[in-house]
Order: sequence, then C-alpha cells, then structure tokens
Amino acid sequence: MSLTSASVYWLQQILNALQLGSIYALIALGYSLVYGILTMINFAHGDVFMVGGFLCFLAATLLGLPFVPTLLLTMTATAGLGVIIERMAYKPLRNAPRVSAIITALGVGLFLENLTLAFYPYPQHVPPLLLNVTWRLGGLALSSLQLIVISLSLTLMLVLDYVVRRTMVGLAMRAISWDKTYVPLMGVPMNLIISITFAIGAGLAGAAGTMYSLAYPVIDPYMGIMVGWKAFIAAVVGGIGTIRGAMIGAYILGGVEIIVVALLPSTYRDLVVFSLLLALIVIRPHGILGAPRAQKV
Amino acid sequence: MKKNLSRFLNLLVLLAAMALVGCGARAPKEETIKIGAIVELTGDMPAVGASSRNAAELAVGALNHAGGIVIAGKRYRVELVTEDNAAKPDQSAAAANKLITQDEVIAIIGPNASLGAIPAAEIAEANRTLLITPWSTNPKTTLDTASGKPKHYVFRACFTDPFEGRVLAGFITGKLGARRAAVLYDVASEAPKSQAELFRQTFERLGGNVVAFETYTTGDRDFSAQLTKIQSAKPDVVFLPAYYNDVGLIAQQARRQGIDGILIGSDAWSSPELVKLAQGAVEGAYFANHYSTDIATPVAREFIAAYQQKYGKIPDDVAALTYDSMGLLFQALKTASAPERQAVRDAMAAISGYPGVTGDIRFTPGSGDPVKSVVMMQVKGGQFAWVTNAAP
Repeated sequence: MSLTSASVYWLQQILNALQLGSIYALIALGYSLVYGILTMINFAHGDVFMVGGFLCFLAATLLGLPFVPTLLLTMTATAGLGVIIERMAYKPLRNAPRVSAIITALGVGLFLENLTLAFYPYPQHVPPLLLNVTWRLGGLALSSLQLIVISLSLTLMLVLDYVVRRTMVGLAMRAISWDKTYVPLMGVPMNLIISITFAIGAGLAGAAGTMYSLAYPVIDPYMGIMVGWKAFIAAVVGGIGTIRGAMIGAYILGGVEIIVVALLPSTYRDLVVFSLLLALIVIRPHGILGAPRAQKV
Repeated sequence: MKKNLSRFLNLLVLLAAMALVGCGARAPKEETIKIGAIVELTGDMPAVGASSRNAAELAVGALNHAGGIVIAGKRYRVELVTEDNAAKPDQSAAAANKLITQDEVIAIIGPNASLGAIPAAEIAEANRTLLITPWSTNPKTTLDTASGKPKHYVFRACFTDPFEGRVLAGFITGKLGARRAAVLYDVASEAPKSQAELFRQTFERLGGNVVAFETYTTGDRDFSAQLTKIQSAKPDVVFLPAYYNDVGLIAQQARRQGIDGILIGSDAWSSPELVKLAQGAVEGAYFANHYSTDIATPVAREFIAAYQQKYGKIPDDVAALTYDSMGLLFQALKTASAPERQAVRDAMAAISGYPGVTGDIRFTPGSGDPVKSVVMMQVKGGQFAWVTNAAP
C-alpha cells in the first residue's frame, strides 16, 4: 500500500468513526443530562432510542412523511415519552434509595422493549428517506447519508451546548444539578426544569434513533440495548454529568471501535470497548472531563 | 357495571357451550398422527420461518384433503404441530425436546437455519426420532459430533456447504473470470462461517486469491470498518454468505463506501425481502440457490401454482425445500411397516430417489445428505433470474 492509498484508507476509517461517534454522542448526552441533574442513570434511555427508530419507521411508512417532518415528529414524540417516563416512573422515587430508581429504569426499559415486541415481533425495514449519493474524492468515498448524520448531530450538539451554557433554562438546569434544596426556594421551578431535561435528552435519543434507522435500516425491539450500553460507556468515559465530556467520549468510543475492527478480528471490538470502561474506572473514575465532587457524609 | 358483568358471564357460558358442541361434532373416526415442525417465525429471519410453515401447512392440507395417509394398512389424518425457535440454537433444542417428549410427534421437519438445525438434530438423534431439515446446508447437521460418522436419524432435503462452496468458487473463476475475492461473514453463525471457510479453500485451490477475509458478529449493524478494509484490497467480487437482513445492510453500506465489485451470495439470500431491503444495492449480484421458478418441472409448477393460490406469492427456496421434506416424510410414512418412529426412520433410510420440487433428490445409502444440483441465480431488475445449473 502506497502512502497515498494508506492515508485515503485511514481518512475513510475516520469518516466511519465520525458517523458512529455522532450517533453515540446524541444518546450519550441523554445519559449525561439526566445524571447531571438527578445523579441517576436512566437505563431506559437506550430503549427510548429504539422507540425513536420505530417512530421514524411509522412516520415514514404509515404517514409517508419525508425526512424533516419525520425527524421533528420523532423528536417531539420521544421528548414527550421522556417526560411521561420521568413523571410516572422516576418522580415518585426521587427521595427513595438510588437503587430503587435504577431498578425502575431497567423495568421501564424492559417495558418499552416488550411493548414494541408485542406490535413488531419481526425486524422491520425502514424505507430510504434521505438522498443516497456517494461522492468520490480521489479514492475517498463520502456518502450523502454520512454527511447528513455527522452534520446534523454536530448541529444538535452545538444547540444543546448553547442552551445549557447561555440561556436561563440552562442556568436553571445547572443550578438544580448543584442543589435541590435551596435553588427551588429562589423561585426555580424544579419539576419543570427536570421535565425539560428529560425532554431534551429523550428528544436527542429520538433524533439518534431516526438517523440510526436510516443509516442501518433494519430495526428490531432489542436494538437499543447494545447501542444504549455503548452510549452509556461513552458518557462515563467523557465524564458523566458533563455535556462536552459525553460528546468527546462518544467520538473516542466510535474511533476505538473502528480502529479495533481495522486492526484486529472484529470479535475483539466489544471486548476492547468494555475493557476501556473498566480501565478508565480504575485510572480516572470521574471520566475525562468530569471533576470529582466532594461527597458530604 | 353489574350489567356488563352479567353480559360477560353470559358470553362465557355461551363460549363453553360452543366448545362442548364442537367437541361432540369432532368425534374422531380416524386416528391422527402428529408431525412436528420447527420454524424460525420470530428472530432474525422471520421470512424463512413463514415460508417454511406455509409450505408445510400446504402439504399437510393437501394430504388430509385427499383422505390422509395409509400406514401399514390403516388410515390416519396428519396433524402438524408447529414450534417457533426464534432462530436461536437453545430454543431449537427446546422445541425438539418438547415435540418429541410432550407432543409425541412421529417425526420432525426443520429447523431451517443451520444454527438451529444442528442442536435440534442432536436431540432428535439422541431420542431416536427422524428429523428432516429442509434448508440446513452445514455438514455438521447430519454428522455425529463424536465419531464424525453420519447420524442415523437426521436427513436433509438440500445440498451441503462443501458442494455449494465448490460451485461458487468454480462459477467465479470460470464464468466471471475473476481472481480477487473478498469475504465478509458472520463468525457467530454456523452456516455463514462454514460457507466462508470452504469457499476460501476451494477458491484458492482454483487459482483465485482471497484478498480480504473479514468477520462480524450476529446483530452488528455497522460494517463500515470491515468494508473500508475490503475496499482498499480492491476485490473483483465480494462473497457475502449471510441471511437476507444482513445482506441488505452490508450491500447498501458497501455501495456507499464505493465498493463496486460484483456481489456473490449463498443460498441464504433467496428471500424476496432481500431486494426490497437492499434498495438496488444487490442489482447484478449472483447467488447460489436450491431451485428456480424459471426452470420448473411439472411437479414444481403444480406446487408453485398451489402455493401462489393459497398465499398470494411465489414460493422461495425454503418453501420448496420444506414441501420436498414433507413429501419425503410422507413417502417414508406410506412405506413404513408400522406407525412408529423407528419404522418411519428405517423407511426413510430406504428411499433412494424422490422427484421433488427442487429437482431429483437421490440419497446414497448410509447418508442423510442428498446428491443434487446447485442453481445459480442473478438479481436482474429486482427479480431473481436463473443463470445456470451445476450438477454434482
């Protein structure tokens, strides 16, 4: 392999990693947002992503909608689902031991999987909604789909970063995550802000579900489990509770997955990914960007 | 509320009465004999299971309509007991156990995919029950794991992987004149794994060069890293021995990555679902198959017409092979000395030839593997078109 073809090869793999990382990032943000505000790991989040994939499928097949309305509808619906899950399953347990909330989250996830399974026991095929062209730039193949997935994810992440850092809602979210006793006394509507956080996280998972099911158009009720775990690892690697950390973690994870498959047998991929999580927990438990918080005893 | 409840109770009583009347009317004059079917109704390949169940029901329906089957001078109705294995090995073994011990079936048809057929065949062999798999091409299905000798109770209606691998390798080097092949296969699934390995051996023996040999695992959706490797090896053909859902995803991603080599498939491709899913990415691809409607014999034409009339679609190869498996089993039942499992197995082993929908099925004594032709097909205009036949 000459130098140019080697560099084309690795550029191509970087593109692959960016596409994978973008989808992980959108999901990882949901884990991080919820953890940031409630210090709770929402294990149903991967299944909200799955529901997003199925909603995209329904919007495209039953309603025959084009891409943009499908995306908006899916994001709105999953955002609503996120709020309903929080209100019905997590809010009553807000002062319960943390393990109760985790068990409930697992239960909600199983409920969503089996609800979908009841309607769609078979894998479904999502029709193509996006322009599917491949451009060739001197050996490098760039597909329209890849471009849309990557750019749309980056746009959503920039918007979120802006909302959290620069708006009143973002300020309120950060305040609630810092303190849940005195901040509400200052007039911050805590329940509303928590609902908004869940809506944003679930809406992003809906966007991820839409893009995933267009990029990989075979969907099944269990597709959220593995992708959800991977995104969770991405959030932990980047520093759970931090938004930029989740994004960085997701792209690192996408890169690691692609590099492992490029250099080693494909069966090593998940082994390496999960080992990465274990190693990181030992070396830097709070993740790349996360800061260790002093626990009051 | 109270009114609703009493209405509900009335309904219950009515239903119970209907059930009782039904029982009375069904008083069996002739005895029934049970045949088990293990099919992939849920899981990764529901189209395979649906085709198989349809064909089995069609065969049993036609037989019962014609008055059932005569075994050792006595007439029986045939009842089909269908079990779903979710396209999983453990559930296949469980289904085989249930059919043998609980339902007490006389013989089993299926599973179709090798990953389920191998464990189910082990159970059938251990319980001395005849099992005919319509579609499992893996050599291990009919071989005893310990001794490597043929199993006594397991037969199949299709050709085997080593033969399919030889035909494909010969087709690529001969007819297509290609020398550089890439392979991408599911390392965790029996049939694709053995097909990939056998293909590599024979292709290299015929002077070809396997320039990339890549793997993935069941359930993977993203193949971009493997496909980029394949792209950089510049193959003439890409061999994808995979089930239709995987092929659809891989073919699309391969085209998006700019791979323009000819795609080559195994017999696991033949579901019409493939063309819908792949959205044009498999156009021009070649694959090995068990039969083609283009070269149908009179027997096959009759089956195709009956299937089409009942289910409104053209039967795929799994349907045709299931129908042939049922035909083989019926023939064994007719010639069996008694309606017992051992007698049926012995009658099956005595069958030397059977004119099936998928061509002539010949068995060599002492083996459960038939000798039959491979059909090469091409995807043309979204349809499967016959290209050539390869006889053993």
